[in-house]
Amino acid sequence: MTSLGQLFDVKYALQILPELARAATYTIGITLVGFAIALVLGLVLAIMRRSDFAPLAKTTAFFIEFIRSTPLLIQVYVLFYVAPLYGFTMSALTAGTLGIAVHYACYVSEVYRAGLNGVARGQWEASCALSLRPWRTYTGVILPQAIRPVIPALGNYLVAMFKDTPVLSAITVVELMQQAKNIGSETFRYLEPITMTGIFFLIISVTFASGVRHIERRVRLP
Amino acid sequence: MTATQYQEQQMKRDFDPALGRAADASANTPMVRFRNVTKRYGPLTVLDGLDLDVAPNEKVAIIGPSGSGKSTLLRVLMTLDPLTDGVIEVDGQPLTHEMRGGKLVPASPRHVRQVRSKIGMVFQSFNLFPHMTALANTIEAPMSVLGLSKKEATERARELLSLVGLAEKCEHYPSQLSGGQQQRVAIARALAMRPKIMLFDEVTSALDPELCGEVLNVIRRLGEEHNLTMLMVTHQMGFAKEFADRVCFFSQGKIIEQAPPQQFFSAPQHERTRQFLRAVTEAL
Repeated sequence: MTSLGQLFDVKYALQILPELARAATYTIGITLVGFAIALVLGLVLAIMRRSDFAPLAKTTAFFIEFIRSTPLLIQVYVLFYVAPLYGFTMSALTAGTLGIAVHYACYVSEVYRAGLNGVARGQWEASCALSLRPWRTYTGVILPQAIRPVIPALGNYLVAMFKDTPVLSAITVVELMQQAKNIGSETFRYLEPITMTGIFFLIISVTFASGVRHIERRVRLP
Repeated sequence: MTATQYQEQQMKRDFDPALGRAADASANTPMVRFRNVTKRYGPLTVLDGLDLDVAPNEKVAIIGPSGSGKSTLLRVLMTLDPLTDGVIEVDGQPLTHEMRGGKLVPASPRHVRQVRSKIGMVFQSFNLFPHMTALANTIEAPMSVLGLSKKEATERARELLSLVGLAEKCEHYPSQLSGGQQQRVAIARALAMRPKIMLFDEVTSALDPELCGEVLNVIRRLGEEHNLTMLMVTHQMGFAKEFADRVCFFSQGKIIEQAPPQQFFSAPQHERTRQFLRAVTEAL
């Protein structure tokens, strides 16, 4: 019987740890920047979708459906390999971050939409009766109430987005998963890098999730 | 009266000095004037060519069966619902139209905000902002709309909150207040905008009978101590009788009968009014 020690070489694992950690920070960076963009863009999309101006609302709804209904892989491919043919040249990192951000912005906008629909009509009416301008109505009254209850759902997408970053390896972004595969192809030992990558993903996801729970608690109303 | 007819009348007013003076004399200008105000939701007519003048400082109670258009009247005045037809004037200014280059055109959002700022409204369901304290609710609009400094707004808000008997509750969130207290904060919040007209839309309907009294007392005090024109939709016949200068009875989008409360309640003229009052008294 093979013992665990023979199967999993701890010394080798420790040796590749720095390389994987570097790739992990890279992956975290892509996730945080991408998610920050997704949060803002998603909100803009959600509000545009509610516009009274029908062409804007319809175009936005179509855009959201289109992005949600096509694979992320194809979208980042188009951004990185096809867009340059039309003069938009980006680095793999930029294209990847932008692609994943726009993709998740569309999911996140649906979460915001649910939150916005959940705000009582009376809140809009009270804002109108107090003559609050549209900007202040959104930022001061509606959004604080719309976002609080959907923070857990937004947190879900943060973790989902993090776990989708390996897709970016298709356009040469060396994120955590790709780094693991690169190490494996050099040494022909896959078990250690892949296992450790899994552990990295697990630890980082759990950290993100608990961060989101922390925010949730901090903004809870009495 | 349609908007076009209204425009003709406005022009006439400009050219006819006699009519112009009479119409512009502030003593005679109603604080609120409804002319042919019509509101339809699809095939349903909620307000049916309604005319009503409310004098400055007058307290008008609006009563009637549910679905008779009482609340809708307040809602179109507050611009929460657009009019289908007709004209509303507030303090001599048309609400949904404005004169520009001698022509009556649909009002810009700025004009609507300016005219609307004379009106405050209190809702049946309070509609306080749940993520803000009582004080924050009250300073929000004075700061962001009137441009008051935080210090000024807070001073004014504390005054108003103590006027409604809630000086101690400034830092409480709506969820920590009783219904009656929430409604009193809502009144203070509306007053913070220094309106000339206050609209009360069934403000005690969501409250326990026990808590009604504290809200009605606040309204009573406002009526006595402040120059406010008030329109209130209410089911509290006793309060209407004692507080209002005039009672308007609504049925099917029209005012069927209006009179000073003594006369209205002791000698109603219309069969529909009598029927309603009988039903209401039986329920008590």
